[in-house]
Amino acid sequence: MQKTNNPHELAEIAKIIRRHIVEMTGAAKSGHPGGSLSAVEILVTLYWDVMRHDPAHPKWPQRDRFILSKGHAAPVLYAVLAECGYSSVDELLTLRKMGSIYQGHPDVRFLPALEASTGSLGEGLSLGLGMGSGLKLDGYDSRVYVMVGDGESQEGQIWEAAMYGAYHQVDNVCCIVDYNKIQLDGFVKDILDVAPLAEKWRAFGWHTLEIDGHDFGAVKAAFTEAAATKGKPTCIVADTIKGKGVSFMENNPKFHGVAPTPQEVELALKELA
Amino acid sequence: MALTTNYELKLGAATREAFGRALVEVARENPNVVGCDADLSKSTMMTYFAKEFPTRFFECGIAEANMVALGAGLAMTGKIPFVSSFSCFVMNKGFEQLRTTVAYPGVNVKVVGTHSGISIGEDGPSQMSIEDLALACALPGFTVISPADEVATRAAVRWATEHFGGVFLRCGRAKVPVIYAADAKIEIGKANLLLPGRDVTLVAHGLMVAECLRAAAALDAEGISARVLDVHTLKPLDEETLAAAARETGALVVAEEHLVDCGLGARVAQALARRAPAPMEFIGLETYAESGTPEGVPAKYGLTSQNVVAAARRAIARKAS
Repeated sequence: MQKTNNPHELAEIAKIIRRHIVEMTGAAKSGHPGGSLSAVEILVTLYWDVMRHDPAHPKWPQRDRFILSKGHAAPVLYAVLAECGYSSVDELLTLRKMGSIYQGHPDVRFLPALEASTGSLGEGLSLGLGMGSGLKLDGYDSRVYVMVGDGESQEGQIWEAAMYGAYHQVDNVCCIVDYNKIQLDGFVKDILDVAPLAEKWRAFGWHTLEIDGHDFGAVKAAFTEAAATKGKPTCIVADTIKGKGVSFMENNPKFHGVAPTPQEVELALKELA
Repeated sequence: MALTTNYELKLGAATREAFGRALVEVARENPNVVGCDADLSKSTMMTYFAKEFPTRFFECGIAEANMVALGAGLAMTGKIPFVSSFSCFVMNKGFEQLRTTVAYPGVNVKVVGTHSGISIGEDGPSQMSIEDLALACALPGFTVISPADEVATRAAVRWATEHFGGVFLRCGRAKVPVIYAADAKIEIGKANLLLPGRDVTLVAHGLMVAECLRAAAALDAEGISARVLDVHTLKPLDEETLAAAARETGALVVAEEHLVDCGLGARVAQALARRAPAPMEFIGLETYAESGTPEGVPAKYGLTSQNVVAAARRAIARKAS
């Protein structure tokens, strides 16, 4: 992989990732395209620009780490890992199939390049805080990035972790909330509203930023500010659009957990040409 | 060979105290040992470790779910976390995290549940843990240990530090009788023969080991020769020793401070049904207990040597004539 901070190059990579997401979930006939598409710019910025990592040495102790706490968005992570060179691009189409390295939710047993097995919501931030604390004990300056969902923020454990991270000043951890406003049963505001999210994180003691999660410049600037912030962890509340990049998936609760049909895959790929 | 045939059963340290002391010992030798606790370190005795190694101690507050997953994260950076709380809290509130962040990905976390069983006494059922062993044994890959005394607890802590994989160590609040000499050999995964015997085998872990030794003495006075096994490791189960005992004595009693349906008794019955079926009787808890003294509550709920003796007579009577 060639790292880049050029927004045009990042946008081209994002388009490739989006095409993978559509094709993978279409081939699998199940999965979670909406919340994968909403997270693309954030993951592309992390893996191609911000994070210190080396696909040739996936277990390098001083690497930065990324945990996808909202594990159902596995397609975006798999597509990113594959395009970085951690795993096979060709096998992306085996998503969710028996024996595939690309299991329904991230599973380290099948894909050791993953940092954690996730999928049961609410747990990834605690894992990240443990990793961040361990890295500090070792004297490493590595950083840990954890992406949580807005719906996931209904889990009590997220707020246990939020209290812990601020109180213990685990400032090498950065939490990103993919605030796409939709969960399985509908709009977050109609299920159990989590707003005002940024105020909650501030009240819990985190350095909190609100950004457009699809603007590469804003995403990069937020990660730069997070890394420069000492004494408290940072939470980036990223305003995103569920299904971003595919017109009929955007802001459509149906595509939280339903795969596109072959016709929809074809339409989506035309939009992402 | 039995370790000894002469058990004085003098009161020794509580197993939680033994855990706290042993953790400091292993932490002095191994810089990767870290500790997590949920505002109960003065009760779990993690406090000894916290005082000596403050930078390696992670106080999580009253938030067990975060604590367990935080421990998993520490383990993912090569640390050896001992995660402790009352057994009822860490196992019940932390169970989902133990399943998904520890057992399923195979992460190296040691869980220490103290104040287990009903012998905590006065605090009552909300603080008592009578299902922790069932939960721990439900985790694939876990090693589950319920030591009877200080020496066995120390051996378990040392073994858990060296072993890569999930471990559940069950400790108690109250002081317990000394079973083992300081230099006794305790091998995790291997039952200890405490008394030889021909007519029946008494099987126990934790608190009930001493009650079974008392029961064996009472049975001996009636002319019944009882073998006593300390099955401190519930998982993996020492099926060889249990099957040999079933074949050689022809009847067994399993006694434990845990729900009777889903503890050691159930595991032994499953193993022996496959390898050496024999009449078995079970002493354990049927439901939630109540407040009382640490001695009085177990007695009221049936965890006595007298009940073990009666069960042994029943098991022997069921042998095929």
